[in-house]
Amino acid sequence: MSLISTLARLEAVESGRAQPMTTVLHRHLTDRPLVLVPLTTAGEAGAPLGALVGTDRDSPRLLAVSQPRDRDLRFAFLAELAEAVLPHIEAYEDVVEPTERNETDPETGKKVKVEVELCADAPQLIVPSRAGIDFVRLLGRSMRFRRTAEDDPDTPYPAPARVPLLGRWLTHYGERARVPGSSLLLATTDLLNRHWATGQSSLEDQHLGALLAWIAAPAGESGARAALRAELERDGEGQLLCPPAGPATDPAFDNRLLAPAIEKYDRARTSLAAAEDGLAADARLAELTAAERDIRALLAGIMRPTWDAVWRGLDLLKELPEGSRAEDRWTRDRWSFTGHRDRVRSGEPPQPRRDDAVTAAQKLASRETAQAQLEAQEALDDPLVLAGRRLAGEAFVGDVTGVVMAYSESKRPSPRPLVTVRTDERPHLGERTKVYRSLDGRPQTAEFVEYAAEPEDGDAPLLVLRITDRMGRSKEPAPGSVPEPGDRIAWTLFEHDQRGGPKLPDPEETPWTHGGPPGATAGQAERPDPVTAEDLL
Amino acid sequence: MDKAALATALGSPAPFGQSQFAFVRGNAFEAKVKADGGTELMRLLHERLGGGAEAPREVLVPDLTAAGPEGRAARTALALREATEAGGWALLDHPMLALEVAGSPTYLEPDAVAVHPDGTWTVVEIKSFPMIDGSADAAKVGAAARQSAVYVLALERIAELTEGVEVGHRVLLVCPKDFSNLPTASVVDVRKQRAVTRRQLARLTRIEDIAAALPEGTTFDPECSPQQLDAAVESVGATYAPECLAACELAFHCRAKARAAGAVEALGRSVRGELGGLTTVGAVLAAAAGKEGDPADPTVVALRRAAALRAEALEGSAACR
Repeated sequence: MSLISTLARLEAVESGRAQPMTTVLHRHLTDRPLVLVPLTTAGEAGAPLGALVGTDRDSPRLLAVSQPRDRDLRFAFLAELAEAVLPHIEAYEDVVEPTERNETDPETGKKVKVEVELCADAPQLIVPSRAGIDFVRLLGRSMRFRRTAEDDPDTPYPAPARVPLLGRWLTHYGERARVPGSSLLLATTDLLNRHWATGQSSLEDQHLGALLAWIAAPAGESGARAALRAELERDGEGQLLCPPAGPATDPAFDNRLLAPAIEKYDRARTSLAAAEDGLAADARLAELTAAERDIRALLAGIMRPTWDAVWRGLDLLKELPEGSRAEDRWTRDRWSFTGHRDRVRSGEPPQPRRDDAVTAAQKLASRETAQAQLEAQEALDDPLVLAGRRLAGEAFVGDVTGVVMAYSESKRPSPRPLVTVRTDERPHLGERTKVYRSLDGRPQTAEFVEYAAEPEDGDAPLLVLRITDRMGRSKEPAPGSVPEPGDRIAWTLFEHDQRGGPKLPDPEETPWTHGGPPGATAGQAERPDPVTAEDLL
Repeated sequence: MDKAALATALGSPAPFGQSQFAFVRGNAFEAKVKADGGTELMRLLHERLGGGAEAPREVLVPDLTAAGPEGRAARTALALREATEAGGWALLDHPMLALEVAGSPTYLEPDAVAVHPDGTWTVVEIKSFPMIDGSADAAKVGAAARQSAVYVLALERIAELTEGVEVGHRVLLVCPKDFSNLPTASVVDVRKQRAVTRRQLARLTRIEDIAAALPEGTTFDPECSPQQLDAAVESVGATYAPECLAACELAFHCRAKARAAGAVEALGRSVRGELGGLTTVGAVLAAAAGKEGDPADPTVVALRRAAALRAEALEGSAACR
């Protein structure tokens, strides 16, 4: 945590209200996000218990598993989840706009422009917490290698038709969520924590209810008190009034409410199976249906508060104006969505269990670039974020006090005006350190020349910068491209646009240090997970 | 002392509990791993840590039942020595180990300890979180490693008294594979955790010393009034940090105390490091606002600059181009 955010937290402690960390919204939020509140069974990897999913805050679709250890019921859940999620994804697949992309021609090796499709918008998925993102990944992993009866007629326990496809999409979303600044799959707690500082630690901030209590505390109550109620308050039956945001459930809920309800369901099922005539079966079926309804009601009851909290969080976030560069990052998300759409359509196999060395290195490099880009863009969009960088000496704001025209010493002299800037900040400048400012949305570069003569007592120091680009081709700089005395300008020591690193070798050229070229097994579809009699998913 | 009962009596009940689903699942998995006299477990152990020794065919599974924890610990120590002398593979199911913590004996029960023919003792930890595509949740593996390190330390106490024995610093972590119920195993090197735990154990204040420092007549009886208990808990020093919330039953009580005192650690350990000598929220904010603090103190200078920059940005007065 930087000192400036620590200060914001301390202010929140004192005022009893969360304090702003930003002045704009730094993640793109679509008009129709798909919200998913998942629940999982304690101690059971990837055995989902239920979910609320949908785009309409007033009518979420409830999915529930009455007995999480039953493979058929789990498959029914996954099939229903696919039914709820895939149409939403597919609705975006065919709304495209034509655009151009630079590609290397495989024959000539030259860069050529290729006309390609780019999806005009992408479906956004919102989960309550970071654990929810992990669960989306886990669901993706558990589903993408499944075989349906159509893929392989001999497969034991074939998966419902669209489940493997959902697995591939959820894997893609889970993977994309690891790219800094991406907005395809977002956790509400992460979003809120980026934009507000609460008066509690970052560990406690992972609790959605407590976080919202700080940000939107009820009138007349301090955030700390409201957060404590969200963390601990229980009703007469010992149930939390603000259930955990999932996917894990509260042990008290499991033990006191859910376990008896599942037991009742199991009994009803056994007795239905043992029914001897139609009349008895009808009565027992009614019992089973009632037991199932009870479980659904229980699950709906503990997921609904989280569902409402997610939407409340989104409301709060949408009150902030969107930062101008968030759109640029969203365009990258649209590219990512379009790219995966194309891979699915061209019949590529599901994402492998482990990335090969080249893919892994590429992912890492692109995430590093995205991180640097995110940091730069947020600072440029938001004076409050920039303040943090100014405090760290990575940016400064100064008043221009004078401009002296100068030229480079080449055959064709170009303008290299010297700008004197007064600032009381202490940027980490060395000789010829490059600094950047935003000129009509594009970066203009200058280099630090020297500190001007000692200022009078009490005055801020003066620095001299030499502008080096974006002044046009002629001898006289283009109008407006050189600062003028009186201008107040924010300079940064970090680059505004991030260039990716050098190109990585093709997979066939993987060096031996990284496992060498992929062998004969590469490129083949991975085998599905073996099915065992005791499989729990 | 029952800290959970104490926390309830103080009005900040501990939020911990275990779901019966997780409990049943954990037990079922452990039973499956140890079924048939540990055949599957020994196969995994040999595969990962066998070191070229012959595959275990005959595995000795000594009976460890005895009365009371002391009896079971003595029985365990005896069984370990016998198994080592026998020079074959042996598996001790739920042995009991004793370790001195802060001057008083504590009894520990690892899931299993295996004895190799060469006299190496290996701690086996069985967990029910899954290992998916060869990797498991790092936080959970870390917790398992710390837990195993304590067992390794306790085993070393017994090994000191036995000839030709080495306690393996590599423990075997057994988890369900992917989404199935089949066990898979991974070797975890716990040398670092062992060193940390050893150092912490050596530094712990002895319980007698803590007790001696308490005022006469201090009691933690949950039947007492909350005021009395509050005073009693207060008399034992505690340094609250947010990490406590995940581990200690009294954390919510300590958090309330820390917040009431305005301690900056309530926001995280790292915060304290950033703020130098300023330890309370009030002092930091007063320093930032320029009301208090030594202007020559670099922390105070940085805080004032931070406050000024933050205020400027929030007012939107920075009309930058």
